[in-house]
Amino acid sequence: MDTATPAVTVALHDGENVVAQSSQVDARRHGELLLPAVDRVLKEAGLALDKVTGLVVGVGPGPYTGLRVGLVTAATFASALGVPVHGLCTLDGLAYAAGLDEPFAVATDARRKEVYWARYENSRTRVSEASVDRPADIAERLAGLPVVGAGARLYPEAFPDAREPEHQSAAALAALAAEKLAAGAGAGTGDTETGAGTEAGTGGVVPGFLEPLPMYLRRPDAQVPKNYKVVTPK
Amino acid sequence: MAADEPLVLGIETSCDETGVGIVHGTTLLADAVASSVDTHARFGGVVPEIASRAHLEAMVPTIERALKQAGVSARDLDGIAVTAGPGLAGALLVGVSAAKAYAYALGKPLYGVNHLASHICVDQLEHGRLPEPTMALLVSGGHSSLLLSSDITSDVRPMGATIDDAAGEAFDKIARVLDLGFPGGPVIDRLAKEGDPAAIAFPRGLTGAKDPAYDFSFSGLKTAVARWIEARRNAGEEVPVRDVAASFQEAVVDVLTRKAVRACKDEGVDHLMIGGGVAANSRLRALAEERCERAGIRLRVPRPGLCTDNGAMVAALGAEMVARGRAASDLELSADSSLPVTESHVPGAHAHAHDHDHVHEVSKENLYS
Ligand SMILES: [Zn+2]
Repeated sequence: MDTATPAVTVALHDGENVVAQSSQVDARRHGELLLPAVDRVLKEAGLALDKVTGLVVGVGPGPYTGLRVGLVTAATFASALGVPVHGLCTLDGLAYAAGLDEPFAVATDARRKEVYWARYENSRTRVSEASVDRPADIAERLAGLPVVGAGARLYPEAFPDAREPEHQSAAALAALAAEKLAAGAGAGTGDTETGAGTEAGTGGVVPGFLEPLPMYLRRPDAQVPKNYKVVTPK
Repeated sequence: MAADEPLVLGIETSCDETGVGIVHGTTLLADAVASSVDTHARFGGVVPEIASRAHLEAMVPTIERALKQAGVSARDLDGIAVTAGPGLAGALLVGVSAAKAYAYALGKPLYGVNHLASHICVDQLEHGRLPEPTMALLVSGGHSSLLLSSDITSDVRPMGATIDDAAGEAFDKIARVLDLGFPGGPVIDRLAKEGDPAAIAFPRGLTGAKDPAYDFSFSGLKTAVARWIEARRNAGEEVPVRDVAASFQEAVVDVLTRKAVRACKDEGVDHLMIGGGVAANSRLRALAEERCERAGIRLRVPRPGLCTDNGAMVAALGAEMVARGRAASDLELSADSSLPVTESHVPGAHAHAHDHDHVHEVSKENLYS
């Protein structure tokens, strides 16, 4: 599941194929939509949640409120069911879905006139950390590259070569995870093939995955107040 | 405790405390709280985004800690309750999402409940079943309300509320003027014990003959206290911090208790409960005790740990929902930052026709009657 972008997306993967999926684009209703979507997907597959042997969640980067819905849902499922939860960079899901075999970038809407973005060597290989920037500030660096995701459509002057898909799909995220799990179970290597990044290096994280923790990339807006406002009229 | 009383887990994330409680009917089994208050202290108030981030981090560990504390298995729960509102939108959403996921994964009914009604219901864990009707004075950093309830699961009537600042907010602001740090309540309470509550005559808001009988206002008091302090400072005189604290606190608790007792008398209610973080204030407790006794009203104040935001209060109200056969919420349940106090819980949209095959059927009988 992934709720880091306007898409609320859930998919069930059996290790070989996507069995069922749901994607709804509604940036303001992640909290309402996610659980019914999980329920729909499972019902379509004719399975109960307790048949699920592992969870994969998009960890962002993404605007805070929606992002947390998917992460806390996955963490709670994992605790209730006693199954592992793996984190994946949301941008990696978009990259995988793009299926490009050439260098490109992924950009999603970070609001405040910025995008979350990363560069890819091909659909499975991210070659930069996910970052948040103004489109104009990175346009030169990404010049000539196709750009996948809603960020490209929002800022055509900065990213003229917009490519599909526009929205994240949990089906792609799950398929990518299934690939990684199959590879991890065999070789157990964390080489560049299985993704780069920001792994914290703590035990328990399967090679190629991230901890299921939010990637905010921004500090909370909070200001230490100066002195209190004097109320005595001057 | 009776074997057939509901076993309910409650989740509370409306402000800066991540609370998970487990109750068996009116018996408290676990009360796990993770607070982010220290992180907010340097900002002089709760920062919503910091609170939401902290809730996400603490959510699952706090659920697991509560289960361990209670010594029960999640499989044995009769329901999951969660604060659906009112509160900080982003903070509520973390708890609501977790509760929905937990209820769904375990196949248990979900009850989205009202934070204010929970503050009242928590007293059942301390003093047994709430008398009906009960008058409740809820005072904290976020709310100051007088509520009358004849059934905590379905009938909570607002009598009055603050028209500006919450009582707890006034404590925080005065503490800041006096450089005492955040939160202000405990430190002012402590200093006030060594001061003279009659030293300075601070104004009592909304106590005129024509003012609304049960509403509160603390904004004017706050300004009056700040002006008084500034006048001293401008004159180069030392500020008698203990006397200011005592006199300010007296002005707050005088109005709170006066109006609460009056509401009881007017409505013919002989029980008053006081809840919310400010209910931990020792002078509020003492003055309420004194005035209630004089008016022949039984006062019920839960211990301070149950007055501040916690999961046990949510579980207590959830257990009452189960016991009284109230309709469960559905999976679309949303966090509602301005959930009206009159809505004790948020039943599912199709509460009657809804196909509940994914939840455990629970007894629809009133287990307490
Ligand atoms: Zn509260």
